[in-house]
Order: sequence, then structure tokens, then C-alpha cells
Amino acid sequence: MAAKTRVSAKINGEQVEFLCEPRQSLLECLRDVLGLTGSKEGCNDGNCGACSVLLNGRVVNSCLVLGVEVHGQEVTTVEGLADWRGLHPLQQAFLDNAALQCGYCIPGILITSKALLDREPNPSEERIRTWLAGNLCRCTGYDKIVRAVQDAAVRLRQTGQEVNR
Amino acid sequence: MRAFEYIAPTTVGEAVAALAGKGDRVRPLAGGTDLIVQLRCGLLDVDLVVDVKKISELNMVTYRPGEGLTIGAAVPCHRIVEHADIVRVYPGLVDAVGLIGGTAIKGRATMGGNLCNAAPSGDSIPAMIVLKANCTVVGPAGVRTVAVEHFCTGPGETVLGRGELLVSIHFPPPVANSGVCYLRFTPRHEMDIAVVGVGASVVLSADRPTISAARVAMGAVGPTPLYAEAAGAVLKGKAPSEESFAEAARLAQVAARPITDMRGTDAQRRHLVGVLTRRALRGAVERAKGGTANGR
Repeated sequence: MAAKTRVSAKINGEQVEFLCEPRQSLLECLRDVLGLTGSKEGCNDGNCGACSVLLNGRVVNSCLVLGVEVHGQEVTTVEGLADWRGLHPLQQAFLDNAALQCGYCIPGILITSKALLDREPNPSEERIRTWLAGNLCRCTGYDKIVRAVQDAAVRLRQTGQEVNR
Repeated sequence: MRAFEYIAPTTVGEAVAALAGKGDRVRPLAGGTDLIVQLRCGLLDVDLVVDVKKISELNMVTYRPGEGLTIGAAVPCHRIVEHADIVRVYPGLVDAVGLIGGTAIKGRATMGGNLCNAAPSGDSIPAMIVLKANCTVVGPAGVRTVAVEHFCTGPGETVLGRGELLVSIHFPPPVANSGVCYLRFTPRHEMDIAVVGVGASVVLSADRPTISAARVAMGAVGPTPLYAEAAGAVLKGKAPSEESFAEAARLAQVAARPITDMRGTDAQRRHLVGVLTRRALRGAVERAKGGTANGR
């Protein structure tokens, strides 16, 4: 067993330190070391997107990042979306549109959608579907998910809310 | 995953020394979208992973008119497809890199990794070949340059020797009246692996009635991405017509060495080489004339 490495990273806005082996993925570190179980393990090889997190604002599959690689970096997981004001508008839109059944894929889809709306406040349906192509859902057939993202985009534009909060 | 050590050097020299010291028990880590999967499923077993993303030469994108484009081997795909100069000057490269994975994969995966992973289906490789890209490789013996069409030697095999590291990929500036296009066939539009991919580049003569040079390269129809030299050469001096594209497509089909696997049969792949070669040539000619059509 390789020696554990001390990793210091900003996770959901908070500076944290943790110990991990080089072979542990970021997903394992989040779930098993830090107790942030919102990010899910689906395929564990980069096909399903259930483990999607933001690394320095970019969507990545946390199963394909080593925990040691995030030293000095910023990570946002689904746990970082809501704040003192309540749920993020994306989360509320997913509830209001019943855009989930089993819910397993939803943390990854919320994170991936946030990255899109942070960049593009008014994406087309095609753009949303293409952007989310790496996030698989085996329940809803995607229509409700796409509608929820469109709804969240409307809410964010109407409230003029700072998206990148 | 079996245990390994991890280092993240900041210079090419340190990385090369670390790679050279471990022989076959070490791999460089760029985006990790192939490497981490291979380590996890036991296809690879290493003692050391060398993260090369902290080395500045591997992380730079430099474009200068007249000199061309240099992309560091560890630059992720999203930086390539969002780079204004690359989108404007090298749209054929954006065709290919834009097809690699979905959003999360593009956030990490690199063109250098696509090349070093040496999958026959690697989407960026035919595009690099027709763009006449060259690799800068640094090893214990110094620096050498390798043309992309000579880089892959078999499935998962490259020319890289012990301790050698792919540092960057250089693209010459496009000549006047030239265009490049890459197309692939997949059952699913996104997040899929090419059944066949074809890249084409053309240079039109100054007054534009004829083709003065052309290149065709193909993916997923041989043990490596293939440069179909004869398919490009036959177009020299010809008009950019359906007849000449059909002749080039026939020669590309002759050069293809497809197999039957889960993604398609050899006959289907040979057929697709013909279709995609014609379409990619059409798209390249459109771009050479100043349009932006991609041949579809």
C-alpha cells in the first residue's frame, strides 16, 4: 500500500484537508473519506456521468480524477448547490417538473446543468441535450430533465440572480 | 485499483527522468480518461503515475499567424474547441476534438492522450494527420520530431521509447485556399466511438479550378489510424468534382484494412470509408472556398 498523501482543496467553498492514497479516485475521496455521498458511482469508467462534479468550474467525471490531483484546486459537488437562501433554482425546477424518478443520476445532471447555465443563460433544447449527453438516466427518458433545465434557465434569467453563486 | 506512487513534476526534465527510471512500470497521466480506466480494470499495472499537467510546455496553446499552432500534450479538449483562433483557423481540428466524449470527458481528455493511447478509432488522429501535424517528443537522449502519421504503431502502441514523453503537437499554418474536414459514423451522435472516421484536407490552386494537394486519413479501419496517401495524391491537378472524389474514395477503400467487431462489419466499414471520404472532401473544398460547410 502506498503512503497516504495529504491533500488540501477547496470543496464546496470550504478549505478542507484529507488523506488519501494515490490510487483513490476523487469520487472515493468525496464519498468515503469526506462523507459527501451526493456524487454517485454508476459505471466507474466515465460513461454514465453520475459522479460528475465541477473541478475549477469545469465538469469532470470524479471517478476519472485521482484524489491527489485536486490538491490546491476547487471542487463543487451537488452538496454545494443549495445555500442559506434554500435550494438552487435548478434543484427547485427539477422538483417542480418531477424531473426525477429513482434520482441516482440527478446529482450529476444538476452539476452538469449548472456548468451550462453558468456559461449560457439561454441554451437551446439541442444544446442542453448535447451538453448532457454524458449523463445517463435510465428512468425518465430525458424530456422532463430537459424541461427542468429550460425552466431553471427561465427562473435564473427572470430573477436576474447571480448564477455563479 | 492496485497501489501506485504519484508525482507531479513541474519540468519536462524531471518527468523524463521519472519515466526513464521505471521502465514499463510507469505511465504519464494527462486527462486520465483512458489511463485511470485501464489501471482500474487491470489492463495496466504500474508502480508510478507521473502527472504531467503541471508542466508548462504541456499546458500551453500557442497560435501565431505564419508560425502555426502548438498544443501542449496535456491541454484538455474543452480548451481546444473553445479557443477562438483554433475555431477560426483550424475548424477541421475542432470537428474531430469536438466529437471526443461528452462535456465531462472534454473537461479532462487531451489530444496528446488520444494520440498516446493509440486507439485505431481515436478521433483527433486522422484530423492531425491531414493537418500535417508533428509531435515534439523529449526523452533521455534529447528532443525528436515525429509526424503524427508515424506515431501510432499498433493498437495501444506508439513510437515512444523508454522515458520518452510527448510534449506538444505542432500544426503548420494553413496555406491559402485550403480546407480541412473530419467526419465520423457512429450509431449514437454523442458519447460514442467511431465505426469509421475520415479526415480530408485540400488545397485549391490560386485561381481555384483544380486541387493542387490533398490528404486523406482514416480511423477505425486498421490497427492504427491510417494515412491514405494514394487517395490524396490522385486528386492533384483534378477538379474538385464528384468524379474525382469518387476516385479518391475508391483508393481510400483500397487502403482501408477493416475488421469485423461489435461496432460493425468489415464490409460496412469499407462502404463507410467511401461515403465519408467523399463527404469529407466536399466539406474540405467548401472550407477552402471560404464557406464553413462540414460536408454533411
